[in-house]
Parts: sequence; structure tokens; C-alpha cells
Amino acid sequence: MCSGRVDMSFILRAFSKGIDGVFIGACHLNECNYVTHGNFQTLNMVLLFRRILEYVGINPERLRIRFMSGAEANVFVESVNDFVKTIRGIGPLGKPEGMDKSTIEAKLAEIAKLIPYLKVAKREKLAQRLDSHEEYEKYEDVFTKEEVKQLLEEVVSYYIDPKKCQACMTCARRCPVDAIISVKGQIHIIDQDKCIKCGTCIQVCPPRFAAITKLVGEPVPPPPPEDQRAVVRKGKEG
Amino acid sequence: MEDKCTGCTVCVEYCPVSYPDKYNQEISDNKAVHVYFAQAIPLITYIDESCLYLKEKKCRICEAVCKNNAIDLSQEPEKKEINVGAVILSPGFEPFDPKIRSEYRYGEFQNVVTSMDYERLLCSTGPYGGEILRASDRKHPHNIAWIQCVGSRQVIEGGNSYCSAVCCTYTQKQAILTKDHDADAKCTIFHNDIRAYGKDFERFYQRTENLPGVRFIRSYTSIVREDPITKNVTVRYSTFDEGVKEEEFDMVVLSIGMDPPKDVEEMAKKFGFELEPHGFCRLDPTNPMITNRPGIFVSGALQGTLDIPESVFSASGAGSQIGEMLAYRRGNLARERIYPPEKDLSQEEPRVGVFVCHCGANIGRIVNVPETVEYCKTLPNVVYAQEQLFSCATNSAKEITDMIQEKGLNRVVVAACSPRTLEPLFRDTLREAGINQYYYEMANIREHNSWVHSKEKEEATQKAHDLIRMSVARACELEPLQEFDLPVDKRALIVGGGIAGMNCALSIANQGHEVYLVEKDAELGGIARKIHTTLEGLDVQAYLKELIEKIYQHPLIHVYHNATITEATGYVGNFLTKVTSERGAVEIKHGASVIAIGSDLYTPTEYLYGEDERVMTHLELEEKIVNEDEKVLNAQNLVMIQCVGCRNEDRNYCSRICCSESVKNALLLKEKNPKMDIYILFRDMRTYGFKEDYYREAANRDVKFIRYEPQEKPQIEPGEGEEDGRPVLKVTVMDYVLGDQLVIDADIVALAAAVIPSAATKEMANFFKVTLSPDGFFKEAHVKLRPVEFATDGVYLCGMAHYPKFIQETINQAYGAAGRALTLLANDIVVASGSVCVVDEKRCMGCGACVEVCTYGALELRDTKQGKKVVVNPVLCKGDGLCNSKCPTGAISLKHYTDDEILSEIDALLQEEESSQQNDAAVG
Repeated sequence: MCSGRVDMSFILRAFSKGIDGVFIGACHLNECNYVTHGNFQTLNMVLLFRRILEYVGINPERLRIRFMSGAEANVFVESVNDFVKTIRGIGPLGKPEGMDKSTIEAKLAEIAKLIPYLKVAKREKLAQRLDSHEEYEKYEDVFTKEEVKQLLEEVVSYYIDPKKCQACMTCARRCPVDAIISVKGQIHIIDQDKCIKCGTCIQVCPPRFAAITKLVGEPVPPPPPEDQRAVVRKGKEG
Repeated sequence: MEDKCTGCTVCVEYCPVSYPDKYNQEISDNKAVHVYFAQAIPLITYIDESCLYLKEKKCRICEAVCKNNAIDLSQEPEKKEINVGAVILSPGFEPFDPKIRSEYRYGEFQNVVTSMDYERLLCSTGPYGGEILRASDRKHPHNIAWIQCVGSRQVIEGGNSYCSAVCCTYTQKQAILTKDHDADAKCTIFHNDIRAYGKDFERFYQRTENLPGVRFIRSYTSIVREDPITKNVTVRYSTFDEGVKEEEFDMVVLSIGMDPPKDVEEMAKKFGFELEPHGFCRLDPTNPMITNRPGIFVSGALQGTLDIPESVFSASGAGSQIGEMLAYRRGNLARERIYPPEKDLSQEEPRVGVFVCHCGANIGRIVNVPETVEYCKTLPNVVYAQEQLFSCATNSAKEITDMIQEKGLNRVVVAACSPRTLEPLFRDTLREAGINQYYYEMANIREHNSWVHSKEKEEATQKAHDLIRMSVARACELEPLQEFDLPVDKRALIVGGGIAGMNCALSIANQGHEVYLVEKDAELGGIARKIHTTLEGLDVQAYLKELIEKIYQHPLIHVYHNATITEATGYVGNFLTKVTSERGAVEIKHGASVIAIGSDLYTPTEYLYGEDERVMTHLELEEKIVNEDEKVLNAQNLVMIQCVGCRNEDRNYCSRICCSESVKNALLLKEKNPKMDIYILFRDMRTYGFKEDYYREAANRDVKFIRYEPQEKPQIEPGEGEEDGRPVLKVTVMDYVLGDQLVIDADIVALAAAVIPSAATKEMANFFKVTLSPDGFFKEAHVKLRPVEFATDGVYLCGMAHYPKFIQETINQAYGAAGRALTLLANDIVVASGSVCVVDEKRCMGCGACVEVCTYGALELRDTKQGKKVVVNPVLCKGDGLCNSKCPTGAISLKHYTDDEILSEIDALLQEEESSQQNDAAVG
């Protein structure tokens, strides 16, 4: 298994369960055990995630990646000891940040919902292969503060326009996470809690209906009450 | 006793004898009982002659502390007779000993070390645990000099006339590592030619050169004095610009070369093989792995000054040739394992058994094992837990299988050492008990715990609890997985009928496998058809004729001429390749593929090539020499220009063979017309290894070698001869020795044109799903460790398709590729791991993020009624799991490392924390 397997959700889970720091040890850059050079992608993910932590108000130093080979026990020991020292210096999660456990949990839960969106929105950057320096601090600005702020504040949402939806069920069938409530003859509704913002629905909604809109950074209008969900057939109206 | 020792190294700790550690160049000490080095195989201890008991019949402490009774001090050396069908000699080389020449001051000045000493200093398992320290004051040196060619390229008493081939590159590596240790370190390399002739070495050289504080100085040197107080060492050298200078360094590293292996004469006598004048094995130029005695093979540095990849070529190659001899007996001594049928436990609730290993005293004296066992019993789903002295011992494995049956366990956790060493063994134990092997989970409480927390016993015990709790949680999530057996088609396809392809074909066919040899031209032979002799004097055309005859006469080899590959599909053991040739279009099924498509020659656009017929490539020159072309043989002045079309921005590599090709042509010409003035304009003469002798011979025969710099390339224009007004090519070049422009009236100019990747390279890479290096040659699976294979299973590589190389090297590699191909073809099945990716099609949104990152080509987007969906080819999947973290929807998952399995460990780690916090809160 490659360090590239480390998913943002693993780190999130650890922090939301109250861990004080997460350390990722990866192979040396350009010395891939596979042919995929996945460690560059781990690095990108860490760089993004440090910015996210910063945005949430958690000290980004709580997440660290270091590169080493399986034969370098001393490097591992030094790196871990140094990390432990850093974390001890920072203090328990939440304390220096001035947040209690439930606040952190709630904030991270919001981020957790956005992970699929982050992966889609930053797909190219997350897969790029940077020039290799082992000191990842040199890459601090691969993801800038402003960029991540914008990413998290101008979140995309998808919304089905009740006037346009013809209840054809296409979007519901294709939604990878079953987030679309679809009843025959009733306009479809996106369950915003389940939605992962992948945009599949907008792609598959038949162009003649074009019922789905992409909203950027604005609230999604509430769905119509249950008794007003009958489809307005285009043909019949005319 | 090897079968009893578990490598726990408690004996090492108690051994009272310290003596200089030979492995660490005697810089630090080791014990009389010790493991040879950190990666030794087997990784167990042995006792050497410094043992007190062996010397004085005293001590026996190790015997007493060994909990597995693995030490038997009464063992006597015994003679064994083993009947074998063949022998491979691979004794390696002996590092040059600089003590035999006092001017190196080795052993006299404390801070003069050899590159072998320095190698150990750099190493994290070295004498100072990876700190570079000076012998005189145990301080870090900041200003270090390397002196190249120590014991090499010298025709003096005690020196070697040949080039040791590896020192330029290892010195660069040492400089880079030094900068890693200490970013401000100053590194100075005093060198002659920089011989960065290997694959990617030129880039490596540039990388070193561009590091701040690294200087390359082309100069001979002498070590003049040691400062009596600081013990710094002064080196005297000279440069063209500044004349003779002296400079002080904190440490001087002698880049020592290779001597023949110690006692090589005795070995030669014993095994009956001949030595060449330098003391290495005398090689057959058409098969460097055989000796004059049938059945005795050589590999590695006994062949001469080989670097690692070439040693590996020759090792696999010698193996393959032995396969040819002994193919009829293959498998006779192998025995098949039979396992009981596997029980279906997927519907059962998890019933976990935990086995906690003491590892002798390794774990037991730090971690409180009995208490940990009790703790395990409190964990959810754990129905059984026990301790074991050594879980890896045969009786302990039996105990595990017994307990699985007795207690009805369906998951097993062993808390012991690293899964890297013992996971295969314990998986096997589960299979023995009729349980799916993927129900096994390992908690590493040794390397990750007792070894690093030896002074924190309580915390270590607590950590053992944490690690085991995580493993138990994960074990409950595990699913049974099937490894699948793929049948292996016993035939091989070889693309390319040059020297590489033909030798590889013969070796595979001689082991009883059918071979399809696909050649794009109408004739076999490849680029070798244009080569007449080698530097060493092999008649290449005669050799080629004989080789081609062998191919056509071999009943198992099918040759396709004028062939093109139109399609290639399939995977390891089961390829299907469509070939159109003079035989029409055919579909070939085969289990292994070998890529041996060779290379092309650069057509120069510089130095009037193609405009003036007096300008030709080195191969064209060779052709004309052989054909006794009068214009060439009667030339008064002949100029050769090296590095045409490579070592530049377009082709950032060295073509490796051209320096020797030019020296060869020069010697041939001097033979035929001793009066001819020959000038070789070069950047670095890269006549590595024994080819150095020919370089020296050429210089002795008055071939003039003039070095030029890339920014001041030679200029060439038609003109008239200075003395006789004959039409000549005026070649102008800066001569750094004279410090002036030199104008040569050349009658003939030969260009050492670069070797470039074959035009078909990219197409073949796509067909066989293999990758290319930055320079456009095929990229092997691992530069050093797997130099004849691709990362794509079942596809192998040899010859110039890999990188420019000499015929002898090509033959080594061709046999090497055959040897690796045989390790596949000799099997009836290949087993593919159960831990591969799987896609939940419903959740796949068809974005292709996973496909993009999977360089193994295991993932593919296919159109379905529900849009594009990813399909996994489990045979190609290597289980790195990168795709998982790319997938936005969680549709793709790596079996055995699923999100749920990993998250369960994170949760289990932190659940304790939560409950302890709650306890704290309750108490507070």
C-alpha cells in the first residue's frame, strides 16, 4: 500500500476523535516503490489539508509529512520525536485554538461532507508532481490561503428547479450516492445532506428540461412542501 | 543453529567481547556474536573467531541467555559434499587497498578515508548511526575532498591500468548524500574524465554539479600534509587557469577502485578457469557468463568492473544458461503443499484469537506480556488470547492452528514483529487450519514498540494494548479474499531480432519453450549488421552469421520478418499479440513478452554532415575502413568529434559506446596507415573498464586527444591545406593544454553520432503498457534491482532498447531477460494477490480520476447504459490504493485496506482516549 492511500477522511476522523497530531511517513520522493509516484499526491493532499486546518482554526503544524525509506530507522525515530516535541509544544487539540471538542467535531463534520467536492474541485492540483524537495514547507503556497478560503466559502450546490423538473428519474438513477429523492410523477429533490456535489446530475439531466442549476456560494432554496410536488407537465400547460 | 535462531539478538547484547566491526570498515566495534549487517539473509546471529569460548573455553553467556536454545558452542566445521550440475562463481571484487602506496597517506593521516569507509559513515546503520564524523576529533567535517581514480587508470606499481567504472558515480552519490546530511557542506571532487556513461548518470552528474558548494576540479592531486593540531589535510593540485595550488580540507576521501577478488588465482586453479591479464576471469566475448570449463559460470565483478545493474544482468543470465543445461530436471526436487479445504466463515460473527509473542526477551522484558494477554481478553470479539515465547517457531505455529480448531477462531491476530518478515508465515498457518489467509492481522509490538521504547516499560505496555486493540478492530472488519490462479501460456514473444533478441530467444528455446521472434526488417541482426569488429577484436559479422544460423535451425523458434505488431492485449501469462509479416496476419498467444527492439543512430545536422561527403558518422567510417576506402586510408589528417547529438539539451544522456568506437577506429586506422594524424576531440573520454587500456594504447600510438567544452564546440569549414593547398576541412578547436586555438586541416571528419531510442519505442510502450525513461529509452522496473523487467508483469527488456551498450553487455542482459522470463514460464500458474481494487459500479460517477493516476493501466473507463464506469483488471492491479483516495464517491476500494478497515483502526486507537478522558472527567 502506498502513502497515497491516506485519504483526507482518515485525517479528519483522527482529528475529530480528538487526536493532537497526525504524522504521515512516506517514501522518498522520486523513489517510488510502485510506478505511480503516489507520494507526491500524498504531499499535495497534506498541503491542502494543512490549509483546511488553518481555515477551521486548527494549528496546521498538527499535520506533518516526512519522507524516508524503510531502511532509515533513525530518520523515522528522529522525525517522530521531533513531531511529538512540536505537538507537545502546541498543546492538546482545541486548547491553544480556543475550541472545545464539540466545536471541533462540528467544524470537521462540515469539512467531512465536502471531501468529495474537494477531490473534484482540486483534482488536477492534487495529482500534480511537484519538483522534489524533501522539505515540504517549501511548498507552503502550492495551495494558498485565499484559494482554500474561496474553495470552502464558495461551495458549489446543485438545485432542481421545481418548475422545470419532469420527474424523468434520470438524475436519481445516476446519482452515485442516492442523494436524489425521486417519486414517480413528483418533482425530484436533492437531499443536500447526502449530496457530494459531484455534478453528475447536472450532466445527465436531459437538455430539454435543463432543470438543474449550479449554485456557487449561495444558499439552496428550500424544496416545495410535500403536497405541492406534482410535476408541472410542459406539454399540458401549453 | 540456523533453524532455531529467531534473530532476536539478545545474545548480542550480553556478549562481553567487543572488537572492530569489519562490516563497518573497523571504524566502530561489534560483538563476537552478531548479525552480520541489518539486511543480512538469514537475519540471524553468528559467532566469529573473537569469541571467548572459542578462544579460551570461557564465558558461554550467550548460550545461557538464549531462550530458544539456538546456540551450540560445540559445533565443529564440517565438510559437505554436494552434487551439483553447474556452478556459478560470483565472488565479487576486492576494494583497492590504498595502503600499498604511501603517497595516499591512508592509515597515516587520520582524516584520509577510503570511499568504502565513507560509505559506511554515511549509512544510518554505520559506525556512528549515520553521522559523518572524523576519526581525529569525532567532529563533523564541513569541507570534504574526493580524489578520483585511486588505484585505477594508473600504469604504476600497485595500481590498475583499467578504469574501475563505478567510482565517478558513487562519488557523486556520496557528495549528494553529504549535502543531505549537512546542507552547508563544501564538497570538492578532483577528477580526470567524469565517466557518467550509465543510464541517467549524466543527469545525476548535473544534479551533483549544480548543488551549491560542490566543485568539480579536473586535476591530478597529491596529498601533501596534515596539520598537527587540526588534523586537516592539505591537497595540492593544479588547474589550467591558476596553476599549482594548495588547499586544506577537513577530510579527504579516496575514491578507490576495484581489484580482482582476493585469492582469485586459487579459485581459478580450483575451478579450472582462465584469468585475463588484470586478474579477472577471461571471458568469451560472445558469452561473458561461461568459462573455458563447461558447467562453470561467472557473474558479477569476476567478469570485470561491472556496476550493479550489469552484475544483475549477468546473474540472471548465468542462471538462465544453467536452466538450459538442467531444464530436463526442472522441478524434480520441488514438492507441492496441500492445504485443507477452506471453511466459509463469512456469515459467522467475528471470533478473534490473539497470540502475543515474547520474542524471547525482545518484547517480553519491556512489554508486560501476561498482563497484555489479560487485556486482550477484555476486547470485543476476542474469544481467546495467549502468550507465546516465539510465535514464529514451528511448534508455536502448530499451537495456533490447534487453537483455531479448538476454540473455533475465525480471525487471528499475532502481536509480534513486523509483517514484512513474518506475515507470509502466519498467513500460511491460517491456511493450514482451513481459514482464509486474509483473516490474519498482525500487530507490530517489537519494531514499533519494545525496540524503540526500551526505557519506558509501562508506556510500552500501554502502547502494545493500543496496537493490539487496533488490530483486533481491523480483524473484525476483514473479509475473506481469494487469490486467483492464472494459467501461464508457456510460449514467449520477442520483439526485435538483433543480438539481444536472438540470444534471449535461444536461451528461452533451449529450456523447452516455444519462441516467436518478431523482426521489423527482412533480415535478422539489427544494428550489429553495421559493426565489423569490437574494440577487443571480435569478428562481429562471423559471430552474427553463426547466431542467425542457430536461430533458424532451432525447432522451437519461429521467426517473423518484415513484421509489424498491430495490436497487443492481455496480461502476465496470457498475452495476445497480432502480427502482420511476410507470413500474413497472425495472432500469437504467449505468456511472456520480451522487448529487444534496439535503438537508432542519430543523423547529425551539425558539422556539415550531409553537406560534405568528407564528413561521416563513426559507423560509416568503420564501414569505409573495412572496405579499404582509399580516401579514408590515405588521409593525412583525420578528426573525430565526440558527443554529437547527445550530452546536450535535446538528449541529456551519454551514448556510452562512442568513445570506445572512436578509439577502435583510430587504432584500426593506425594499423593500416601509421603515418596518419588522428585527432579525437572529446569532452570526457569514457572508455570505462578494460577499454581504458585501448585508450592508453591509442594515446601511445600518437592519436591526439583534445578536450573541448560544450560552450566552445569545434568549428568546421571547407578550406585549403596550410602547406599544400589541398582541399581540406578546417577544424578549429580551443586547446586547453596549449591555451590557444588549434586549426587542423582535416581530410576526413568522423562524428560520434548519438545512439537514440528506436522510432518504434513509443508505439511498443503503448502496446505492452510499459513506461519510458526521460530520455525515451524503456524504463526498467528498478534501475538496480530489476534491470531486465518492466513494472508490468510478464514483460522483459534487453539490449539497446534499455540503453546504449556494448555487445558483451547486451549478451549479458539478453540472457538475463531470458532468465527472468523463465521464472514465469517455468510455472503452470501465477498467483495474483487478493488485495486488489474493486469498483461499486452504482457509486462510480465515471470521472476517471482513478484511471488518470493508475500508471499500471489496471483501470479503464467503459461506456455503460448508466454512463461511463470504471472497470478494474485485477491482474494488473498492484494494490497501492492511490485510486481510493482520488475517488470522490468512494466507489473504488482496495480490498484488505478498505476505508472501513482503516477507519476501524483509527476509531479503536482513539476510543480508549475518549474513555480515559471520560474517566478523568468523572474523577475530576
